[in-house]
Amino acid sequence: MDGNTHLLEASADAGESPEQAAFRARCRAWLATNIPAKPAFALPLGPIEISSAQQLEHLRAWQRAAYEAGLVGCDYPEAYGGGGRRSCQRVANEELQAAGAPFFPNIVGLGMAGPTIFHHGTEAQKRRYLPPLLSAAEIWCQGFSEPGAGSDLAGVQTFARRDGARWIISGHKVWTSLAQFADWMILLCRTSREHKYAGLSYFIIPIASAIGRGVTVRPLIKMTGGTGFNEVLIDELVVDDDMRLGEVGQGWAVAMTTLLHERGAGTLATPSAGGGIGGDEEDALGASGLPALARASVRAGRPAADDPVMRDKIVQLLIRERALQQTRRRAQHPALCDHPQRLPLQHKLLISELLQDAARVACELGGMASTLHRADPNAPAGGRWPLAYMNSYGFTIAAGTSEVQRNILGERVLGLAKSK
Amino acid sequence: MNSPDDFGFEDDAALLKRTARRLLETRASTDALHRLVAGRVDATRECLWDQALWAELVALGWTAIAVPESADGFGMGLPAICGLIEEVGRAALPSPLVATLCATYVLRACDSPAAEALLRRVAEGAAVSLAGTDARGSWEHEDTDVTATSSGGAGSNGQVTLDGVACYVQDAQKAEVFLVKARAPAGVGLYVVDARAPGVTVHPDAILDLTRDQARVELRGVTLPADASVAAAPPDGPRALRAAEPAMLAILAADMVGAAEWQLQTTAEYARTRVQFDRPLGFFQAVKHPLVDMMMKIDEARSLVYDAACSFEHEPAHAELRARMAKSSASDAAAYCSSRSVQLHGGIGFTWECFVHLYFKRQKHNEVLLGDGAYQRAKLADALIGPIGGTRACA
Repeated sequence: MDGNTHLLEASADAGESPEQAAFRARCRAWLATNIPAKPAFALPLGPIEISSAQQLEHLRAWQRAAYEAGLVGCDYPEAYGGGGRRSCQRVANEELQAAGAPFFPNIVGLGMAGPTIFHHGTEAQKRRYLPPLLSAAEIWCQGFSEPGAGSDLAGVQTFARRDGARWIISGHKVWTSLAQFADWMILLCRTSREHKYAGLSYFIIPIASAIGRGVTVRPLIKMTGGTGFNEVLIDELVVDDDMRLGEVGQGWAVAMTTLLHERGAGTLATPSAGGGIGGDEEDALGASGLPALARASVRAGRPAADDPVMRDKIVQLLIRERALQQTRRRAQHPALCDHPQRLPLQHKLLISELLQDAARVACELGGMASTLHRADPNAPAGGRWPLAYMNSYGFTIAAGTSEVQRNILGERVLGLAKSK
Repeated sequence: MNSPDDFGFEDDAALLKRTARRLLETRASTDALHRLVAGRVDATRECLWDQALWAELVALGWTAIAVPESADGFGMGLPAICGLIEEVGRAALPSPLVATLCATYVLRACDSPAAEALLRRVAEGAAVSLAGTDARGSWEHEDTDVTATSSGGAGSNGQVTLDGVACYVQDAQKAEVFLVKARAPAGVGLYVVDARAPGVTVHPDAILDLTRDQARVELRGVTLPADASVAAAPPDGPRALRAAEPAMLAILAADMVGAAEWQLQTTAEYARTRVQFDRPLGFFQAVKHPLVDMMMKIDEARSLVYDAACSFEHEPAHAELRARMAKSSASDAAAYCSSRSVQLHGGIGFTWECFVHLYFKRQKHNEVLLGDGAYQRAKLADALIGPIGGTRACA
């Protein structure tokens, strides 16, 4: 952390500052006329589903436009390409959401690499990497998980060997979203085999420019049949020492900053959430669409909306959805929170499990039609509920499984003994 | 948008909550509670509570907080009241405070000289309990086994006579006054009845929860002057009850959230210190993860309590919906936390000597008051999905 941290902390004030109010009006005015028209081709469900260059370029142009209008990176200092504002990103996010704007494609950059570089990078690194990250001129991916290191992330075996002023890196990263489009990767690897945690270091490595020169990107096929994430093979890749982020042996601490932001618990309000689902999927994938789905579905010869069991399941989900919003609201008010990390650390679990359960109930409501793949012309709602249900496991597994999240909550908030 | 970001939970509310926690931690510790209510192993009809402490709480103004300033109360908002009740729940305090605050919101919705007069007494410390549940256990606003008969003509000479039985009256032995729901020819009204009025008999129930009392209140020819006793003239009773219901649900949910937090913290402390297989229990994920689930369920319910309380003050059109969400969530959180608090304590958790059963029983009692989770969700479904059979009618 450095002295500028306060610049980027989400505001805990109940009221809005004059700067925020003026900025909100500006965002709203700009969004009223600048949201891009829906393209002729289908847009993906979310940034990690981007599967073609056409989709990427459309969304990249949108992020660049929003960046130039001052809606992305508002709270980063101007020297790093930011807007130099205070606690305004949250305002921009709210307005983007309200306007139903498309999401931004550089999710790993905005949500993870950006905050990590800001907190741990050198002055030169911040000036070099942050501006094109914010504008989406350069796309980022994350190299953390490996075939042998999933939940036990500190077990990574990718190794960086020092060679004078350079490092020579070899290893195998998996589940790498956006690697097929990425210019850069944030990489957690090993610089010593002697200490599990203290043997870790953190690097920025090139991807696009190093394909065929030490980097190979291969798509992995998800259980849905879709692509979108990859494995990345690194073979004797040579990088200069100025690509190291943080001190040698301090990689774990740097990675914690990344994970905190990835799980929505960071102090830095990121614009990665962007706005609406986008494209052809305008309806929310949460619980709010379920009452209409129940009214349109049939169960035992009657509307599913008349089935008391289905009614109870739907209302349970609507309650959880309301609670998720209200917990976010409460997290801003220390007088109503017992422990500063108690609510932020729940965020990822709450949202991923809600999406999963809502998709499951939507499939139950669909009945026989839930057996249809989206390739079938008779699949209701384009077959998106079965797809959303399968995809939801990506969220309960990625960025620390639900089980790991519960360990973290139990250990950090309740002070229970570490399960390792 | 006119709902404040901070739920309207302002500095005075935070101060009240902090003060309450400190006071109850010293004056109403779990240890003292166990000595007070569990000293004898018995399904008791006795009313065991610390009346000296109650006098102090009254002197601090705890009964006056929800009474409007026009009736000499403090007129604090529902978020502040929920904050206080969370602490009362955390202490599992035997007191008529929850019953009195619930009755206060009904009286506030009544708009009559009798209601106004009783609010002034509440501000001075009178404990009131709503007597509005029938022998079947139904509290629906039109249901009552008590009848009201008018006599002596209208105006100041009029009298009203109440006959019948109100069941499941909360903290009846602690209450000085009952707010009785009764059916008259014109419909259902609400009547102020002194607990010591001739013809009133309180028959205590034998209940599981040791931290409160409950009774059948029998009324036989209880004749009262109409001007002093008609809080809501028939058929206005159900309207007043409906108006107060969101507040009552939020208050009950706040008590459950507070009690559930005690269950969480107490069970987590046990998991940090009790060693088996050479490790503290909390090392094992079969123990750790349910504890985290307790916490997450509590936090969901707590967020919804303050959402409901804030809506009651600022967005009344949504108040009932959000209060039912809060009570549903709190009831389910209470059920889960009660179950896990006993289970994770192991053998000792199954004993009378361990404190967890006190909260287990209070929570099971709270769960059913004004409807458990499934009850609230059935009501919510009518609003959020539409009434059963409604879809075809529209199609």
